[in-house]
Amino acid sequence: MEWQAIWLSLRLSFWTTLILLAIGLPAAHWLTFSPRRWKFLVEAVVALPLVLPPTVLGFYILLAIGPHSPAGKLYAALTGGMLPFSFQGLLVASVLYSLPFAVQPFASGFAAVDRKLIEASWCLGVSRAATFFRVVAPLSIPSIVTGMILSFAHTLGEFGVVLMVGGNLAGITRTVSISIYDDVQALNYTAAMHTSLLLLGISFLVLAATYGLRRRVWAVAPVWPAN
Amino acid sequence: MAGELSVDIRKRHGGGPEIAAALRLPLGGHSVTVLFGPSGAGKTTVLRCIAGLDAPDSGSIRCGNEVWYDGARSIHLAPQQRRVGYLSQDYAVFPHLTVRRNVAYGARGAAVDDLLARFDLTSLADRYPRQLSGGQLQRVALARALAPQPRLLLLDEPLSALDAPTRLRMRADLRHLLATVQIPAIVVTHDRTEALALGDSIAIMIGGKLRQAGAVESVFDCPADTDVAEAVGVETVCPARVISRSAGLVTVEIAHARLVAVDSGDTGEPGADLFACIRAESVTIERNAPGNPTSARNRLPARILSVTAEGPLARVVLDCGFRLTAIVTRQSKEEMRLREGEEVIAVVKATSIRIVPRG
Repeated sequence: MEWQAIWLSLRLSFWTTLILLAIGLPAAHWLTFSPRRWKFLVEAVVALPLVLPPTVLGFYILLAIGPHSPAGKLYAALTGGMLPFSFQGLLVASVLYSLPFAVQPFASGFAAVDRKLIEASWCLGVSRAATFFRVVAPLSIPSIVTGMILSFAHTLGEFGVVLMVGGNLAGITRTVSISIYDDVQALNYTAAMHTSLLLLGISFLVLAATYGLRRRVWAVAPVWPAN
Repeated sequence: MAGELSVDIRKRHGGGPEIAAALRLPLGGHSVTVLFGPSGAGKTTVLRCIAGLDAPDSGSIRCGNEVWYDGARSIHLAPQQRRVGYLSQDYAVFPHLTVRRNVAYGARGAAVDDLLARFDLTSLADRYPRQLSGGQLQRVALARALAPQPRLLLLDEPLSALDAPTRLRMRADLRHLLATVQIPAIVVTHDRTEALALGDSIAIMIGGKLRQAGAVESVFDCPADTDVAEAVGVETVCPARVISRSAGLVTVEIAHARLVAVDSGDTGEPGADLFACIRAESVTIERNAPGNPTSARNRLPARILSVTAEGPLARVVLDCGFRLTAIVTRQSKEEMRLREGEEVIAVVKATSIRIVPRG
């Protein structure tokens, strides 16, 4: 079994989830509370990875982070390295690819928070930013957890984007789904079966844990509103 | 703090009527202004504009020497900068925080324990809102609103979310509370009894427009036009004092006249101040003819001050130590030959006098 690939995928999922938490929360906050009329355009852009073929997304990311692109040049100037076919490049691609899986649950959680609670906080002299951390985020914890789990699981299983941007370098960009593909191409069905089974098991456990945890949260804490 | 809150705003809400309100209210010390009117009159919008939660389309809002809103100069202060305690209709108590942390949420200084004690919340301090009753939630919301030491309290239908028995009790509590906190308050309500019980002055809003403002008795007694009269009801509202209570009846004194009314249970002890409300339709007029037994408890010698025809009815204003308005049919008016200056007897049944206690 490809332990190296499994470990790489887990690392990639972990960092992707963490980065998505950092950029997804403010993005979802803006999408939920901004009065701008054109925010539907941003919503559409965020949702693009849901419908775009991974190869198309991967192709554009490859162009955007390539050594001749502004982003690629900047990265080279800062670190001396290159983004394509590296773990960091893979991370950039994964974050973009899983963006809707984080932002959409976050935003729907924020939108479900009673507007009156937010206004009550403002009238008590608490700033908008502090209101987010003291009222909106705590009341959206189930949605935030859902978004994080979905990001993690989605990154764990990605294939097309990874292949386009990362290629297939053992220990650097060969994720678990690519190793399965390799095994099947090499008619190494036993190894493919073991890795697949492991991935299936991990995915199921993660999702089961999420739903189980959410149910417990609803049942135990008197804290969150039922809606 | 000296000065006054002056509001003069216009706002159009979607396709609804334009809301226009001009209002002044003294700051510092205790005064309760009731913003009264039927549902949909724009009362809540005015309150939200004062709190800074909504922006008017034009006009100005000033508090003391601060400008909170000025349409011409594009000034719109955020709610955080206004130091106003705002209580929304359903209290909006944070569901994920305990009572103590709710009250401490915007607190300045360490007055939280005092507030908890004052609102009788000490024993509930570690409970979550889900475990509280409507009356308790209201106390939490009020304590929380007072914790940042606001300059002004805005209460939007503070009693409407409560069930009837709780509402009666909380009305008395709220009146007492508003008197003790020494912060001027604006209370929105569509309930006439609430308006009478809580307000020192009253502003009537109908169809988006502020139609009349003044002391509670004077607005109820002398509505400026028929719309206002319809909103407040044609009614005599008199400041009165409790003389005695017995057997479910209460004797009150208005000016020098004494009236017997049915005791609603929260009237207060002898000496307590209250409003006695008498609807004009339930006042009957008799000629002075002794010896006729009647079930009416209250027979007051009166002099007719004026008689005004209003369609099929006639409005008769009487002086029986206080001004009392009666409405009779035009036919009765003709038959009894009621004229200005004549002496008659005003008869009011004890059951048709409504007693509204005031702190």
